[in-house]
Parts: sequence; C-alpha cells; structure tokens
Amino acid sequence: MAFSFPDEVLEHVFSFIQSDKDRNAVSMVCKSWYEIERWCRRKVFVGNCYAVSPRMVIRRFPEFRSIELKGKPHFADFNLVPDGWGGYVFPWIEEMAGAYPWLEEIRLKRMVVTDESLELIAKSFKNFKVLVLSSCEGFSTDGLAAIAASCKNLKELDLRDCEVDDLSAHWLSHFPETYTSLVSLNISCLGSDEVSFSALERLVGRCTNLKTLRLNRAVPLDKISNILRHAPQLVEFGTGTYTADVRPDVYSDLAGAFSSCKELKSLSGFWDVVPDYLPAIYPVCSKLTSLNLSYATIQSPDLIKLVSHCPNLQRLLVLDYIEDSGLEVLASSCKDLQELRVFPSDPFGAEPNVSLTEQGLVAVSLGCPKLQSVLYFCRRMSNEALVTIARNRPNFTRFRLCIIEPKTADYLTLEPLDVGFGAIVQYCKDLKRLSLSGLLTDRVFEYIGTYAKKLEMLSVAFAGDSDLGLHHVLSGCESLRKLEIRDCPFGDKALLANAAKLETMRSLWMSSCAVSFAACKLLGQKMPRLNVEVIDERGPPDSRPENCPVDKLYIYRSIAGPRCDMPPFVWTMDEDSGLRL
Amino acid sequence: MERRVNYENDLNLMATELSLGLPGCGDDEPQRKTNPSIRNNKRTAPEISEVSSSESSSSITMSGSDDQDSPPPAKEQVVGWPPIRSYRKNCLQSSKRNEVEGMGMYVKVSVDGAPYLRKIDLKVYRSYPQLLKALENMFKLTIGAYSKREGYNGSDYAPTYEDKDGDWMLVGDVPWEMFISSCKRLRIMKGSEARGLGCV
Repeated sequence: MAFSFPDEVLEHVFSFIQSDKDRNAVSMVCKSWYEIERWCRRKVFVGNCYAVSPRMVIRRFPEFRSIELKGKPHFADFNLVPDGWGGYVFPWIEEMAGAYPWLEEIRLKRMVVTDESLELIAKSFKNFKVLVLSSCEGFSTDGLAAIAASCKNLKELDLRDCEVDDLSAHWLSHFPETYTSLVSLNISCLGSDEVSFSALERLVGRCTNLKTLRLNRAVPLDKISNILRHAPQLVEFGTGTYTADVRPDVYSDLAGAFSSCKELKSLSGFWDVVPDYLPAIYPVCSKLTSLNLSYATIQSPDLIKLVSHCPNLQRLLVLDYIEDSGLEVLASSCKDLQELRVFPSDPFGAEPNVSLTEQGLVAVSLGCPKLQSVLYFCRRMSNEALVTIARNRPNFTRFRLCIIEPKTADYLTLEPLDVGFGAIVQYCKDLKRLSLSGLLTDRVFEYIGTYAKKLEMLSVAFAGDSDLGLHHVLSGCESLRKLEIRDCPFGDKALLANAAKLETMRSLWMSSCAVSFAACKLLGQKMPRLNVEVIDERGPPDSRPENCPVDKLYIYRSIAGPRCDMPPFVWTMDEDSGLRL
Repeated sequence: MERRVNYENDLNLMATELSLGLPGCGDDEPQRKTNPSIRNNKRTAPEISEVSSSESSSSITMSGSDDQDSPPPAKEQVVGWPPIRSYRKNCLQSSKRNEVEGMGMYVKVSVDGAPYLRKIDLKVYRSYPQLLKALENMFKLTIGAYSKREGYNGSDYAPTYEDKDGDWMLVGDVPWEMFISSCKRLRIMKGSEARGLGCV
C-alpha cells in the first residue's frame, strides 16, 4: 500500500533543498515529485543560455523568483570569441516580462545586455531586488539610470567586470531621495567619467543597510573618508584610486574613517596605490578575510608589511610583485588562507621582472593547510615542485597554473611537466577545476583521464601530441562538464570516437586545433541534441576543402535546437548537414 | 598525425587574424596558416601584393628563421595569451607607462582638413567602439563600423594610427591591448584616400 504525503508537506520539505543538483535529483524520483518540485522551485540556474529556451524554462517552472544565466564560453574572457557571437539576454527578459511580474533576481554572466533589456527589467518587475551582471557588456549608464529610477526595492546592483558605456555620471542621481534599500553596490568597472560624488554620498548616507560598496577608479582618495563615515556598517569595501599627494590631514582622516568601520571584512580597489597611504588600513587588517590587491602596483616589502597585518586572511588576490619572499611570509602569517591568485605585472615582457617562481607556490602549499584554490602566473616550473605541491596540499579543488611562455619545459630537467601535473590529479582527489600550461605531451592527459575523476572543468593550451591526448580526457574524466582547448594538435578521431560523451557535458570549446569541417558536419548529423557550431571569420567553411581544420569549434548540448541569432561568422552543423548561411 | 607542428618561436597567429592570402589549404594535412611577412597582423599598403597561401606551408617550420623584415618585436603576442582579462592588462599598461615612460597615454589626434590637432587619453577607453565614439563626438564626424574584411568601407573617414615601428595602421585590426601599447598618434584620414584603405 503506497502512502504519500500531501503535496503541501512535500513542498515544505523541498523548501529546505536549495541546491540545483539536489532539486534536479528530487524532480527525477517520480512524476508527482516532479510536478510538486517544479511548482515550488524558486531559483533557476541555466549554465548555458542556449541549452534551453526561455519558454521551456517558464513552462516548467512557473513560479521562480530568481534566475541565473550564463552566455559566452569562458575563453571569451581572453578575446577568443569574436564580437557579435551571441549571448543576448533580451529574449529572456522579454519572455519573463510577459510571464512573471514577480521576478526578483537576475544574475547574468558573459551575456550581452542592452539598455533596452535594462529598461524592460525596470518596467516589468515591480519587486525587483537583485541585479548581478558579471563580465557582461552592451549597456550604458542610461540603462543603469532606468534601473535606479524604477526599482524601488532594489537591494543589490553588482556590475563586476562589465564593460559599460559611460555616457553620464548622473545615473546615480536617478535613485530617488526616498530610496533607501540598497545593500550592495559594485560599480568598480565604471570608467573615468567621474561619478557624481554628492549623489554617491547622499545615496550611501541614506541607505543604512549598505553592506557592500565597491567604488570605481575615478573616486579619489580624499573622498573615501567621507563615504566611509557615512557607512561605518560596511562589510565589504572597494576603494577608488588610492593615490594622492601625501598630506598628514588626508592621511589621518582616512585612518580615522577606516577605524570607524568595525565590520569590514573585505577590501579591494587600490588602483595606483601610494605606499604611504597603506598603513591607513592597518586598523581593519586583523579582521580582514578577503583582500584584493591585484591592481596595487606596490613592491614586495610594502606587500609583506600589509599581509603580515592580516592573520585572518582567507582570500588574497595580488600581483607578482609579492615575489617568493612575500609568499613565504604569507605562508607563515595567514594560516586560514583558502584562495590565492597571483597575477603577472608584466605579462608580455620577455624576461622576468620580479623574483616570483615556483618556490612561492611551494611555500604557500606547505604553510597554508586550508588552501584549496589557486590561480598562479609564473615563468618557470618543475616537476619536482609540482609533486611537492601535490603532496603538501591534497585538498586542492581548483588548481590553475599559467606558465607564461607556452610550452615551457621543466627548468631543471628540461622534460615535459607531465609527471608534475600527474601528481596534482593523483593526490588531489577532489580536484574540480584544472588549468594546464608548460610543455606537455599526451602522457599528462593519460594521468588526467586515469585519476581526475571529480574534475569538472579543464583548460588546455599548447599541449599534447595527438588525438590520444583528447581521447584520454573524454573517455576517462567521468565528471567532466566543461572542456576548453586551444592550439593543440587534437583532431577528428578522438572527437568522433567520444561523441556520446559530449552529451554528458555542458560544452566543449576547441580553437586552433585540427578538427576538420567534415568531422564537424558528421558530428552535427549524428548528434541531434548537440549544437555543433563552427566559428570562422575567414569565410564559409564549405569554401575550403572538407578536410581543412576549422578555426574555432563550440559544441554544447541543447534541447532548444540550433539557435537563430548566429552572426555571419558562425555556422551550425545541423542534422541536414547543410550549412545555415 | 605524424608531423608535429612546430609551435616554438612561431607567431602562431590564430587563423582568424587577418591573412591576406586566399583561404584554402594546399596540403591534405591540416596545418596552421601563418604568414611570415605579415607577422603582427599589420595591414600592408595596397601596393604590396597579397601573399598567397601556398607560402604558408613553409611557414609552419619557420622557427623564427625568417629575417626578411624588421627585427621581430621583443615578444610576439599570441591572441588571448597569457589568459588575462583585458581590464587587467589595460590597468597595468597605464601604470607602467606612467611609471616607466612618464608620458601617460595621451596621444595626438589629427583629422585631415582640420586646422589644429587634439589630444586624447587612450587609457580612458577600454575598447575600440568606445574610442571611435569618442572620436566621432570630438570631431563631429561619422566613422562607422569596423569589419575585418572591409575596414571602414563606406565611411568617408578611416581612423589610422602610427605604431611603434612608424607604420600607419588601420585602427581595429589588432587586439585592443596590443593597440594601446603600440599606438603613438592617431590620424583620421578623409576622402578617397580613406576609402582606398577600405578596399584592401
């Protein structure tokens, strides 16, 4: 005899289940659970905006309040995806505007957002609360003005890493005087057009719940004191340009203002930093858990001094000016460190300009027991160091190493770095994300296929010898969702042999590899639930022999069929194997 | 795939970079198209004949031995490598320039036919569309849209810049960061001379 709980009870139980993975699992138990779950799902996550159509999402989840969408492939961050490729949010906004007036949150990553879209959001959703645009482009301050003017309940406006057309600094003034609900504001990406400081100060002053404020570079140092005094409750703060003529009164103002912020946990900004003003933040350093100094062009001694004041640091972003010596100090001072990103100060220089080597990474891996996420740019590496790092820190979940010169061998033995990365995947059993660099043969992929069972995202560049490399990864990495490859000699064989695997992944990007147009057509023909898109700015791929390699290839699973918004340089390989020109 | 493609010292231009040869492969083995005499994606003057693609097969194993043109720049840049976001590169560029060269990012802008020049700060902009719009506003003219194939074809104006080697290049061909680091001055060409460039 089958008992079942009333729907309301199940719904109540499901309300404690927030993660998408779990929700998806719940929905697959049986038909009635599917039905109940879909009516009470409040947050929808779409990892690839072309994998499903807006209408399909709305049909299945009639009452969601929050949506997160991702558009362009990750390599778009490095200019590998030509302008106009796609990722337009407008069709989504249009459908949702019609379907739900009660949408509250929109989070977008790598999408093209127009002013029209922003205006439609402002007009359509009366209880709109959260807008997070991450690495988006296509809009101007006019669109922001529309949001500011209409969204009376807006809590969060976060424009991290966006490209915004700065038409007018006055958009901030469009927040009405009665508006006080702002909790989080991130305008760090805005350009040099000066933000209206008085509007900013008034806004900050009346929004007493403001917890996060990230200013843009244009806000001068002497304005910060005032802003901080208006918002001593801030938890996260990003300065503007951190430079000014050294004046004692400005300094003491600043130090005093920082001291008054007893809740500050995260600092960022620090463009053009002048070392003399850094000690102003010392009063808050002991509570800091997150510090972004990746724009701070200060030298190692100043960085060391700063870092030594922050024993509770969990997250540090810094330039390679910190050098090995600075990382050694970090390793001994910051035992709670979980994430470290070291960016290159001179990425295009032929010679190293700072003394940052594999030793720094070894030191941190040894000294920081909680370290799990690393992004590290350096100029030399050895298998020995990588093996040491892997042994020291088996709890890595994200390991991204960029040795600046492609195909750089182990500097001690001149061998490929296969063994080193092999150790990383062997020891770090929970590794979810890996980026490779340096001289690598098919061997490293064999290690990855054998050991990296939890790996979800792999980035490969200038590596491998043959299709065997790609085959190892596609056949071995059970949890693989995203694979992005550039400039590797991987061709048709591995791709076609593992075609079924591609339907278990979100997407595959291959550029400057050796996949022929014929193989793309075949794949498109055989796999109707994959969108196989060829990106080629040289012209139609069928104007060249079939065995010619395509320039760029983006394959992703989709239940929405081929998309209709492709620019002239993108061709989809559909079942008719004809070209849609 | 027996032959190992030699990437060392190779510029390894992405095939999407401008290549003046006819598209097409001479070999049955897939190969990269690199063009030895057009290393840095410079658009050469119309008189120089197009380099045909059959030359590109020899360029695969070029290994930097090609010394025909001017000495290669200190670091040949591969598109999108190292993998750093543009806004980081721009930020470093401007700090470095200010520290090292001390000249900031101000460059002169001339427009054919205008009585005097203007100066703009390149570090204010983060992309070509932003820069072009600013130029259009400053000089009250229309430059229009850029296309890889046709340049600014159709427009009366073509924005050009003088690069580190002293060559006059069409604005828009190279990645923005590369442009920023090599642009010394801008000239907006007008009329038939401008239209001529668009037909290359």
